[in-house]
Amino acid sequence: MSRRGPWFILLPLLLLGLWHVAVTRQWVMPGIIPAPAQVAESWQRWIFGKPGLSLSPYSGTWVANVVYSARRVFEGFVIAAGVGIPLGLFIGWNRLVARIVDPSVQLLRPVPITAWLPFSIAVFGIYDAGALFLIALGAFYPIVVNTTHGVRDTNLLLLRAARMLGAGEPTVLRKVVLPSALPSIFTGLRLGVGVAWTAVIVAEMIAVKSGLGYVLWDAYYVGRMDICVATMFSVGLLGFVSDRIILGAGHLFLRWRVLEAHG
Amino acid sequence: MAERPRAAPRLAAELRDVWKEFVKGGRRVEAVRAIDFAVAPNEFAAILGPSGCGKSTLLNMVAGFDRPTRGQVWANGAPVEGPDPSRAVVFQEPALFPWYTVLDNITFGPKTRRVPPEVYRPRVAALLSQVGLEGFASHYPAELSGGMKQRVGIARVLVMEPELLLMDEPFGSLDAQTRLVMQELLLEVWERRHQTVLFVTHDVEEALLLADSVSVMTARPGRIKKRITVELPRPRALDLTTSPLFNELKREVLALIREERLRAAAE
Repeated sequence: MSRRGPWFILLPLLLLGLWHVAVTRQWVMPGIIPAPAQVAESWQRWIFGKPGLSLSPYSGTWVANVVYSARRVFEGFVIAAGVGIPLGLFIGWNRLVARIVDPSVQLLRPVPITAWLPFSIAVFGIYDAGALFLIALGAFYPIVVNTTHGVRDTNLLLLRAARMLGAGEPTVLRKVVLPSALPSIFTGLRLGVGVAWTAVIVAEMIAVKSGLGYVLWDAYYVGRMDICVATMFSVGLLGFVSDRIILGAGHLFLRWRVLEAHG
Repeated sequence: MAERPRAAPRLAAELRDVWKEFVKGGRRVEAVRAIDFAVAPNEFAAILGPSGCGKSTLLNMVAGFDRPTRGQVWANGAPVEGPDPSRAVVFQEPALFPWYTVLDNITFGPKTRRVPPEVYRPRVAALLSQVGLEGFASHYPAELSGGMKQRVGIARVLVMEPELLLMDEPFGSLDAQTRLVMQELLLEVWERRHQTVLFVTHDVEEALLLADSVSVMTARPGRIKKRITVELPRPRALDLTTSPLFNELKREVLALIREERLRAAAE
């Protein structure tokens, strides 16, 4: 087999096999953990089954729930990036803004988004707004921190070069600081979208009545571990896909950086 | 129309009793002391000194990146308040914008100053061929060699047609071969425009080959020890470095440097 062969498939297959054996040999509590085949079958029915006709209330509801969750993640993430990137640019660029805003950001950041749940429900009720608040807040921190860091890392020589070529502060910010910070900003966006998926599951488990997080908690209550596990896989897959999308966008914007790495 | 009064010939750069101190790690460091120095229009002036003597500090003050602790810095008839395209800089590192292509790096200045494309486009084309970068316009800096990057750095400032070109050891990070090629290129550029240049270097031959005057600096705190006029015929080429007159000047400069080294060691 070539060195670039599909080696990545090896470990997942091994783990899947181990899982199967562990369940069928009853190494773990019997009846609690479903076998891989059972999860696959339930997942398949959850996606493709006809809603309402089957005995399972989950039949055919997968796409709808994925859309609920993905839309919340997308909206919350866009809010987080829309606030986090400009704010990070200003904190990194302007000492006065940094002195006024940064301490508050740093003080609030250690408060886990899960700790914000009661506050969020009290203020927004069990509506979408509460979920969006949690997602946006969770994704905001890594985005703002990484953007700030990227701005502060801008090479002094490049700033001087831009200034001696006649660039005023807005031009320096747009043509030097922003592109220079872009790799850091994309790192922040990737971390942010990860937190956004964590936040959406937490929010949907408790604060709203739809989406994958809601299904996860609901299925647990009615003892459908097969659906729980299928949900976990679904969330993992969606998180992976959104990360790849951001990575792809990054490569599109950062062609020069790819060249540098290989040059 | 009434004839305007003829202005006195103004200097391209002038430092009057300039002192500069830095605070480094809580300690005051005197970089340069009591500098009186001037560059005439169309002069190629070199400043020669050992590393750490404050020669880059001096150049940075003319560029407007640093302000003097005491004294005045003037350029083109006005006090220096900050960086300005009329005083363009070529740094020791190429300092190109890695996210822009060669072309976008060179047009950064004209675009920023809103020069119309029909004005700068022919200039850019001429410069690209002059510095030997035709065919590389759409390359990114990461795809170029060190010498090519530095040529882009030179083209990027020449396109601005600055009144004063400041060069801070521009060939210091290049290999010996490339350095010779770059020195010839710079001589060619100078012949074409008689561009006013303030050139900082620690390389005696480089200073004598390129410049009309060589000002030798002392060790830190840097002062101008002596200004030597280089009366070598122009146009110059690399073979000049083997001529008797060149070697005589080189001996004189080396003697100054040795004298200064002994003085510094005695302190």
